[in-house]
Amino acid sequence: MSEISWGLWELLLQGVWVTVQLTVFSAALAAVVAFVIGLARTHRLWIVRFLSGAYFEIFRGTSALILMFWIFFVLPIGFGWQLVPMWAAVLALGLSYGAYGSEVVRGAISAVSPAQREAGIALSFSPAQQLRKIILPQAWPEMVPPFNNLLIELLKGTALVSIMGVADIAFGASLVRNATGQSAPVYTIILVMYFVLAFLLTRGMRVVERHAKAGIGKAPEKRVGLRSRLSPDQVGDIARSGAAPAGGAGR
Amino acid sequence: MSADSNLSKATANPAVDGSELIRFDRVTKRFGANTVLDSLDFTVSSGKHVTLIGPSGSGKTTILRLLMTLLKPDEGTIKVGGEYLTHEKKGEKLVPAGEKHTREVRKNIGMVFQQFNLFPNMKVLRNVTEAPVHVLGMSKEAAEERAHELLDLVGLTEHVDKYPTQLSGGQQQRVAIARALAMRPQVLLLDEVTSALDPELVAGVLDVLRDIAHTTDITMLCVTHEMNFARDISDDVLMFDAGRVIESGPPEKIFTEPEHERTREFLSAVL
Repeated sequence: MSEISWGLWELLLQGVWVTVQLTVFSAALAAVVAFVIGLARTHRLWIVRFLSGAYFEIFRGTSALILMFWIFFVLPIGFGWQLVPMWAAVLALGLSYGAYGSEVVRGAISAVSPAQREAGIALSFSPAQQLRKIILPQAWPEMVPPFNNLLIELLKGTALVSIMGVADIAFGASLVRNATGQSAPVYTIILVMYFVLAFLLTRGMRVVERHAKAGIGKAPEKRVGLRSRLSPDQVGDIARSGAAPAGGAGR
Repeated sequence: MSADSNLSKATANPAVDGSELIRFDRVTKRFGANTVLDSLDFTVSSGKHVTLIGPSGSGKTTILRLLMTLLKPDEGTIKVGGEYLTHEKKGEKLVPAGEKHTREVRKNIGMVFQQFNLFPNMKVLRNVTEAPVHVLGMSKEAAEERAHELLDLVGLTEHVDKYPTQLSGGQQQRVAIARALAMRPQVLLLDEVTSALDPELVAGVLDVLRDIAHTTDITMLCVTHEMNFARDISDDVLMFDAGRVIESGPPEKIFTEPEHERTREFLSAVL
């Protein structure tokens, strides 16, 4: 590892930043798509359900990588302009992960008891008010854990963009590997980098989940972290040895 | 109860003159091959308390659900306060009503469910204020003041800031009653409101409903297996069997000297 110079490290760290950006932008697009398509799939008009169902099937059934190539190389033929690779990637990832996410939204909505909608009707809420005030707030806590899974899948899926020359972590890694000729340390390092990013996402989503559950009167699960099970001395030992106890990262 | 004066103020009800408020005109409802209501006619006058009794599957709950527009009739029409509930007049023709028309007519009707169906994502106070604010357009202050009156009436003043899941079944049902009354409905539908409660919690809920029945002029349609309660509050009792009213009359008559053999059988089974 000593042979990897600071300049090459910088390359990897810039890659991390690009990966983070890709993940954030793609996730934002995917979230919008997931809610729009997911809600449309529960719509009372069959044509809306049909079109959104078709979107879901098509984008679930196509490879994100090929979709990215298609957006980058084929779309310009029709429209005469070309997206930069970064945005082609965001579009491809957002549209396909949005399709997966729509299934999460649809499932969580249909898991809300029909009796809740009936109570909404009995109080003369409009269909839109029922959705906004009653159904979605109850469906939301159910969506968070599967969204977390998708988010981590998306993070790892961003590695596809390196094929199109977007300088993300994976792209940086191949540059460094070419420069040093060393595979083992480089790929071990980026393995850890992806893991750390995924872990941070999970911790963040835990906080979101706790808030969501508290919002429907479900007390947050009592935390039985490592810290509370160890004596203060042991915690001190662990802290000195440099390993952060898992329970401490949540807040 | 000291809250009696509050109650009549809280639920003061316009336009009660004993005129016809609800009319079922040859209403038929089928579920698949099963005809639950068979060309049913009946009317309820404004301010009356009507209890529907009969064996399970006889169509009692279906009537309440039709009135609440949770179900649509297959044939026939329902009128509430002179307006068609699920139909509209287009010229001379009667056509199925749009969502907006139905919602307007439905505002006169409130319902309390067997399973309470409180909104778990809202605290008790907001459960009661949400519809008055967002459906009736009341100011938040006015809605909250009224909600406090109603929650006081049902004996839950100290629980306004809790989530429904933190309350007992009986407490939840009393919140649901307050929530329905907050809309100032002309008609209150009670669908087996004590059936899901632990036995020791039933009395508290029935006491609240007795108060409301005796001190307000709200029209009540009540499906219940609590025959003593039915006897206390009802002006009329309708005995259902197989989707038809087979006997009706004041509770003293139905419960003591029913004419119909089927009614006698049913009452001897439940009393």
